[in-house]
Amino acid sequence: MSCITPDGKLTESAKKILGATKDLTTPEEISKVTGIPLFRVRSSLRELGDAGLLEKIDGKFRRTVSGEEKLKG
Amino acid sequence: MEEDIESKGGLPLIGDPAPEFEAVTTFGTLRLEDYRGSWLILFSHPADFTPVCTTEFIAFTEIYEELKKRNAELLGLSVDSVSSHIAWVRNIEEKLGIKIPFPIIADLNREVASKYGMIHPGESRTETVRCVFIIDPEGILRAMLYYPLTNGRNMDEILRLLDAMQTSDEHKVATPANWRPGDKVVVPPPNTQEMAEERMKEGYECVDWYLCKKDL
Repeated sequence: MSCITPDGKLTESAKKILGATKDLTTPEEISKVTGIPLFRVRSSLRELGDAGLLEKIDGKFRRTVSGEEKLKG
Repeated sequence: MEEDIESKGGLPLIGDPAPEFEAVTTFGTLRLEDYRGSWLILFSHPADFTPVCTTEFIAFTEIYEELKKRNAELLGLSVDSVSSHIAWVRNIEEKLGIKIPFPIIADLNREVASKYGMIHPGESRTETVRCVFIIDPEGILRAMLYYPLTNGRNMDEILRLLDAMQTSDEHKVATPANWRPGDKVVVPPPNTQEMAEERMKEGYECVDWYLCKKDL
């Protein structure tokens, strides 16, 4: 897991990515805003989505209520 | 099992879609499709904590910024574990002050190595040889380089080849031997007699109809 540590915390890059998904956003836009390479963004979006922290709609991503709560810590 | 993996391998071919993979890396789980839209330089090394590989990782790091300028990413691979990779890159940073900025696949079950033909049993049955696969933004395998265990790769050639392929794509030209950015390029040869006759009147620098060069 590159986004969520074994003790359940978000990594710094995951916080940045989740923080950039308040509204529906493309991976390319997230990469541009966060400065994280696109390949890492795509991988992290997949992982955060599998964890239920993001939802995907028409190729764009938005954090879920769970994602919002996780981000607030 | 080992025989099965190796027999299912074989060399991928230039011009074919690069074999898909999903792999555990030092940056988490990555798929080939994560690199869609950028060039990918996928390379294998024999083993972590070995001298030639360490010099190569330093050299790959030194060209990383140049690769990014060319919309290219690096992805390493060996059959070591992710813990070994992490320990090695941390050791390189601690001892040499160089932070490895790209992910490394931990291909413990040789799945990716097998798909890409990275294990050459005549050289080693347990390690990947020094391969370089250059994959374009559409996921097509565009070039392959293979080096033996004993000899490190030439980063300048990897950059030169990437420059040459990007130039060919952009301008629909070929590049001659030892071409460097700024040198004349080769105009694709005519494929009819009429085109051959016209070629000599087109103002290119021609040795004959089949070998003409021009500036970009």
